[in-house]
Amino acid sequence: MADKELDQGKRRFLLAATGAAGGIAGAAAAVPFVASMLPSERAKAAGAPVEADVSKLEPGEKMVVEWRGKPVWIVRRTKEMLAAAKADEGKVADPASAKPMQPDYAKNEFRSIKPEYLVLVGICTHLGCSPVDKLQAQSEAFASDWKGGFYCPCHGSLFDLAGRVYKNKPAPDNLEVPPHKYLSDTRILIGEDTKGA
Amino acid sequence: MAAAEKQPVTITCAGPLNGPLSGVLTWVDQRFPMMSLWRDHLAEYYAPKNFNFWYYFGSLAMVVLVLQIVTGIFLVMHYKPDAASAFASVEYIMRDVPGGWLIRYMHSTGASAFFVVVYLHMFRGLLYGSYRQPRELVWIFGMLIYLCLMAEAFFGYLLPWGQMSYWGAQVIVNLFNALPVIGPDLSLWIRGDYVVSDATLNRFFAFHVIAIPLALLGLVAAHIMALHEVGSNNPDGVEIKKVKDPKTGHPVDGVPFHPYYTVKDTLGVVVFAIVFCVIMFFMPEMGGYFLEYNNFIPADPLKTPPHIAPVWYFTPYYSILRAITEDFMWVLAAGVIAYAVLVIRTARVPVVRVAAAVIGAVLLVAFFVIEPKVWGVVMMGVSTLIFFLLPWLDQSPVKSIRYKGALCKSALAIFVITFLALGYLGTLTVTEGRTLAAQVLTLIYFAYFLLMPWYTRMDKTRPEPARVTG
Repeated sequence: MADKELDQGKRRFLLAATGAAGGIAGAAAAVPFVASMLPSERAKAAGAPVEADVSKLEPGEKMVVEWRGKPVWIVRRTKEMLAAAKADEGKVADPASAKPMQPDYAKNEFRSIKPEYLVLVGICTHLGCSPVDKLQAQSEAFASDWKGGFYCPCHGSLFDLAGRVYKNKPAPDNLEVPPHKYLSDTRILIGEDTKGA
Repeated sequence: MAAAEKQPVTITCAGPLNGPLSGVLTWVDQRFPMMSLWRDHLAEYYAPKNFNFWYYFGSLAMVVLVLQIVTGIFLVMHYKPDAASAFASVEYIMRDVPGGWLIRYMHSTGASAFFVVVYLHMFRGLLYGSYRQPRELVWIFGMLIYLCLMAEAFFGYLLPWGQMSYWGAQVIVNLFNALPVIGPDLSLWIRGDYVVSDATLNRFFAFHVIAIPLALLGLVAAHIMALHEVGSNNPDGVEIKKVKDPKTGHPVDGVPFHPYYTVKDTLGVVVFAIVFCVIMFFMPEMGGYFLEYNNFIPADPLKTPPHIAPVWYFTPYYSILRAITEDFMWVLAAGVIAYAVLVIRTARVPVVRVAAAVIGAVLLVAFFVIEPKVWGVVMMGVSTLIFFLLPWLDQSPVKSIRYKGALCKSALAIFVITFLALGYLGTLTVTEGRTLAAQVLTLIYFAYFLLMPWYTRMDKTRPEPARVTG
């Protein structure tokens, strides 16, 4: 062997071929590990619709139900609150709800099936905090002429009483309206609509 | 030299070591490079003789690393990585495990102490140009350690499963959500569920106790090996290897690390331990900065605490994240144009000029195609990663601040104030005035790095001495 001249081209080819084969095998071996971190079958199954009874909700109040581990808000809006949402239309980023953050049946001026009841996923579209209620119209530290809505404590995004984000805030989109339907006048099913969610 | 040919170990100090132990040492040394490791890294590692106060923090970081690993092992014996019992198991450690409160407070105080020590260690590097050629890799390994440390702190912070744990993890994982195309799938993969849940807690536990500590230990070894290959910098920023004793071949301005600096660093450890104990015993929560009050409330996925802020060591970057609003994108765009013009007008290499124009144009388009939320995340990421470029951004003819001029000195002073001010703002809630302040500070933060090639060249420096000064 030693006295024979080495075929460097052949050696480089064999090294590259072995390296490539080993690399592919290595990458393939990573697949099960990466896949094991995806949501498990149990996590995927835990997404059933939930029913909310709004019969005890007074005008101007908000209730929270849990759906898929997230808070879903139901706000019973008064006439004043609806007027407040209307008044600030010029200041919100997407007043006509053009972006698909709601089912088609909630793509209207109050982002709801019935103007009185607002149903929202209470998770800020910025980085996922749950905004806090600032339902009353009063002067706030973040806005002196506050007309009522929601304030995200994490990064200061503001939302009006239809869940629409104010302009020039970190959150890019309006709060999501989940698929929902009325089972009766006072019972709302969240997570399923008439078309099927 | 082949192992079998190694000479018997000679111990220089008189006494019992010349007895039977010497034979054992020889036996081991002929099979394992024990004495040469000892010599290369301690007894005959020549470090500059003029190390000052700022040189305590490297060894202190090692001490804290050991403290965190040891306390961590004992905490894992009692902690339960399960969303249903994690919070209660931490309270169990605090109330029922003998001495458990002490071990946990060591670990929680140690986490903050780690960042204090590492920030001071990094500041030392900025002061004396320790990142400059030939220590670029020392700096890069150090920055990787810093990134690992941030990951370690983040994963660990979820484990107590309090309100801040939960919502902090929610926000940080959602940062990945902002990335175009792969974002939503990536954050889903990180969480392992549609919300931060038991699956997330379990995997963060695995990262916190196994994956990241292993990576950290490897990087610390690489950091020290690279350092000992090129030799330590010093407050004068001159190379001690340039002047060697012709007889011994050792640097004239160097002293053996052991015993000179082992003794000095031991003093540092004693003082550090006193300060550490005062904090640990009398103010382990540090007024809500080390352990946040909201984290004494169990995680509630339906309710974000009214005021959330990350732990103090992340707040400068958090401020930068919050500073990027829709209006601020115009300022950023103007900044990119100004910077591209500056590069194009001053760069000597044509390729750099073309690259500046192309990158500038791409950024400008991207600024208005991709929503501001993404840019907040990008800017936050870049603000931590930009430190990697320091060895190439600093074009000063001298390394140490001692011989740099007023321009570099004021730039560093302004940068330190900016970093601290951003950190302070990050602990507060958002108001319009504070957002404006954070935006101005964000610009200064990036200017410190991006303008460095120019102001370090323009600066009036003094000549470096031939040898270290004292």
